[in-house]
Amino acid sequence: MSDPASITRRLLLIVPVLAVVLAAAMLVGASFGSSGVSMSELFRFMRGQGGDSVAATIIWEIRFPRVILAAVTGATLALGGLVFQALLRNPLAEPYILGVSGGSAIGAIIALLAGLAPFPGMAMAAFAGSMLVLGLVLLLGTGRSRSRRESLLLGGVMVNALCGAIIMFLISLARNTQVQHVLFWLMGDFSMFSREQLPLLLAVAPSFVVIYFLARPMNLLLLGRENAAAMGIDVRTVSNLLLIATTFMVSVVVCHSGLIGFVGLVVPHILRLVVGPDHRLLAPASILGGASYMILCDLLARSLPTGGEMPVGIVTALVGAPLFIFLLWRGNR
Amino acid sequence: MIAVRAKGLNLSYGDHQVLREVNVAVEAGEFVVIIGPNGTGKTSLLKSLAGLLKASGEIEIFGRPLARYSRRQLAATVAVVPQQVPLAFPFTVLETVLMGRSPHLGLLEVEGREDYRIARQAMEFTDVSHLGARRLDELSGGERQRVIIARAVCQEPKLILLDEPTASLDPAHQLRIMDLMERLRREREITVIMVSHDLNLASLYGSRILLLRDGGAILAGSPAEILTPANLAQAYGCPMHVDRYPLTGAPRISLLPLNQSASPSSG
Repeated sequence: MSDPASITRRLLLIVPVLAVVLAAAMLVGASFGSSGVSMSELFRFMRGQGGDSVAATIIWEIRFPRVILAAVTGATLALGGLVFQALLRNPLAEPYILGVSGGSAIGAIIALLAGLAPFPGMAMAAFAGSMLVLGLVLLLGTGRSRSRRESLLLGGVMVNALCGAIIMFLISLARNTQVQHVLFWLMGDFSMFSREQLPLLLAVAPSFVVIYFLARPMNLLLLGRENAAAMGIDVRTVSNLLLIATTFMVSVVVCHSGLIGFVGLVVPHILRLVVGPDHRLLAPASILGGASYMILCDLLARSLPTGGEMPVGIVTALVGAPLFIFLLWRGNR
Repeated sequence: MIAVRAKGLNLSYGDHQVLREVNVAVEAGEFVVIIGPNGTGKTSLLKSLAGLLKASGEIEIFGRPLARYSRRQLAATVAVVPQQVPLAFPFTVLETVLMGRSPHLGLLEVEGREDYRIARQAMEFTDVSHLGARRLDELSGGERQRVIIARAVCQEPKLILLDEPTASLDPAHQLRIMDLMERLRREREITVIMVSHDLNLASLYGSRILLLRDGGAILAGSPAEILTPANLAQAYGCPMHVDRYPLTGAPRISLLPLNQSASPSSG
């Protein structure tokens, strides 16, 4: 039998390839926009010959922060989807579908209406909201009557609907000037982001680290909680750490970029086809792949010929929802 | 040396008590088969010994209280072959077997050459080497069971617990699995505890039989001592015919249709 490449060797192949993809996506993302600053100007700017200060300002103040936000959001949501899929042993689990994003949106909107800053006020409120929703969904998922897989999804859908109603209720309370902002944000919006907010995105980093450390235990969780325990995994500790880390990082990005669905479904699904089910490969691949994917979705949202600018959440849903339906259909055959 | 000693085990699901004051002692190097009717707590007993269910009472594994093992230490000592393995995210056979190294690896440590060697050896032992690159969900039931056993062997345990490993396998595969266990015991001095519904396999392979009866009573002894018409009829509530295998002299159990109740040797 031929010796299949070890994890380390495969990692050293996959990570650089996806890093190049991400770098390319970032370059394209930063060189495209309504003001027409081109790729060549971007390269001049990067070589430090940016004589044209208007172009430099546009790249540095508007596009660069936006690309970074898209990258961090995509990475977080893809990784979040991956973790939920492992924890629930369900390839259809994802922060948005489970209602976790909706819960954090409720928290964030309440904080927004109360006039709190994105960080830490909104993030903490969002975290509290998403933990609450997650608890509710998991509780619904433990019912006996149906298979866990269906009841969990059904629970997520119902909780999501409830979140939607609460969000609409909150919007009806909002002042006119806030409504447009909140509505855009709900559909996923990168346009309100400013360079000063960039450091706040670092708040997701600890979660990334925790999840990467737990990548091998996540492999064993796929075999079921009891089997994982029998193979030496402290299942409760690992699950709790993963849930908290994931919910926290999702809350952080929801505060900045709103509700963006299906990224956590699409990216891990595609990557699983390429690199296999091992989380030691899938976790870093989801981070890099999710970031690239989101930058490209944002690029698409910006470049579609619409009246103004299309919220990126619409693009990700148009791509992701059909895949979700396909997976559900295939799984039920 | 005592591999497993359990004293006064009690376990309930809600109002239903499945284990009542159960005492078990298993010597290292034994091949113990746990038999008994459905619902008498065979699987619960097995899971309690593996630390997967919290039964009240005392359990010692190789002289050390179960509570004093960390999860990882326990997994390096005791391997479990479960009734079912979910296949929603199919790993390859080699990846699955390598997972058995998990209790021997540090948090960020990856499998090294030695781990691959042990995995290969385990796969050879259960005759699944040729399946290494196949996905678990593409295999037949018998192949899959041998992969799961290879994973358990790869854990390098001193004790292996199996929950009905021969259920839903054809006779040849049943014998193959039982033979593997017997070889594990003989060649690697691994203690084997197996739950089974197959009384004849229990008779042929078990060095000792534990017969669980309703209400928590356990009969323990050699196959010849335990597998008697009287014991079986009392435990299962149906008559069984017992004679001897011509070659080995082990008890041979035959089932009788229920409507021909009286049988000459049923007691």
